[in-house]
Amino acid sequence: MDQFAVKVFIRLRPSVLDPAGEATKFASIKLGAEGIKSLRIGKMIEVKIEGKGENEVRKKIDLLCDRLFANTVIEDYEYSLEKL
Amino acid sequence: MDNFTVGVVVFPGSNCDRDVSWALEGCLDIRTKYLWHESSDLSGVDAIVLPGGFSYGDYLRCGAIARFSPLINALDEFVKSGKRVLGICNGFQILTESGFLPGALVANKNLNFICDDVELDIVSSKGGWFSNGDEKQTIKLPIAHGEGRYHCDSDTLKKLVDNELIALRYKNNPNGSSFDIAGITNKRGNVLGLMPHPERACEEKIGGTDGLHTLKSLILK
Repeated sequence: MDQFAVKVFIRLRPSVLDPAGEATKFASIKLGAEGIKSLRIGKMIEVKIEGKGENEVRKKIDLLCDRLFANTVIEDYEYSLEKL
Repeated sequence: MDNFTVGVVVFPGSNCDRDVSWALEGCLDIRTKYLWHESSDLSGVDAIVLPGGFSYGDYLRCGAIARFSPLINALDEFVKSGKRVLGICNGFQILTESGFLPGALVANKNLNFICDDVELDIVSSKGGWFSNGDEKQTIKLPIAHGEGRYHCDSDTLKKLVDNELIALRYKNNPNGSSFDIAGITNKRGNVLGLMPHPERACEEKIGGTDGLHTLKSLILK
């Protein structure tokens, strides 16, 4: 069995308004940060997972992302995978 | 109401289950039965309410974890049999997360938790959930949510409009919902999800009775 460290990034789709991102952008500007054109907030999920090779692990992660981690009506996801 | 029994589902974090039960039993004389979310036995239940609250602490997304409970798994067959399911607030979020209704509910546009009475237009009489199907009719119901902004893509919105699946629209959209949507039904009309709380509008003493009809209609065949 191989073990992998997976980092899943979940973002609101560009078409979905992100009011928390807008509020944070406003606060960033109040802090004095200049040049911020866009600020959107997402989630990152770290998973350690075992499987028989990368392909099998990718299948498991795809299922998790599609059915649980992200709601694909409003969110997109991508992930990186590192063999431990 | 003979033996007609409405199952009121209880998740860890549900907090409107007793309100729903009170409204059905106390105001409408309809028998209720609490259904713990880990049960998949829906025998003896003729209709189901998924009440408001914060199932599983709203972890990950509102309704995302509840979707995997044994009871929600059993709901598919229940819905296919034509029996009625009403999802209120968090119950609506669970119905969208689990695919019984299209779209999703996301954070209110202004990020506020909004607790208020709102005016609603009854748009569709599908399923008979609202009084007489008069398209101009308006009702007033309480809302209490932080993540009640209905969102769907334009294709889904077109399907909702074309199939008359939009049940309720806000008169003064409080949360930024697409097309002012406050509640929708499935195509068959036996599943309704809405953000407002009909169970909190079942007695004049607490501000109105506009929610009575929706709860009463659970007994419709």
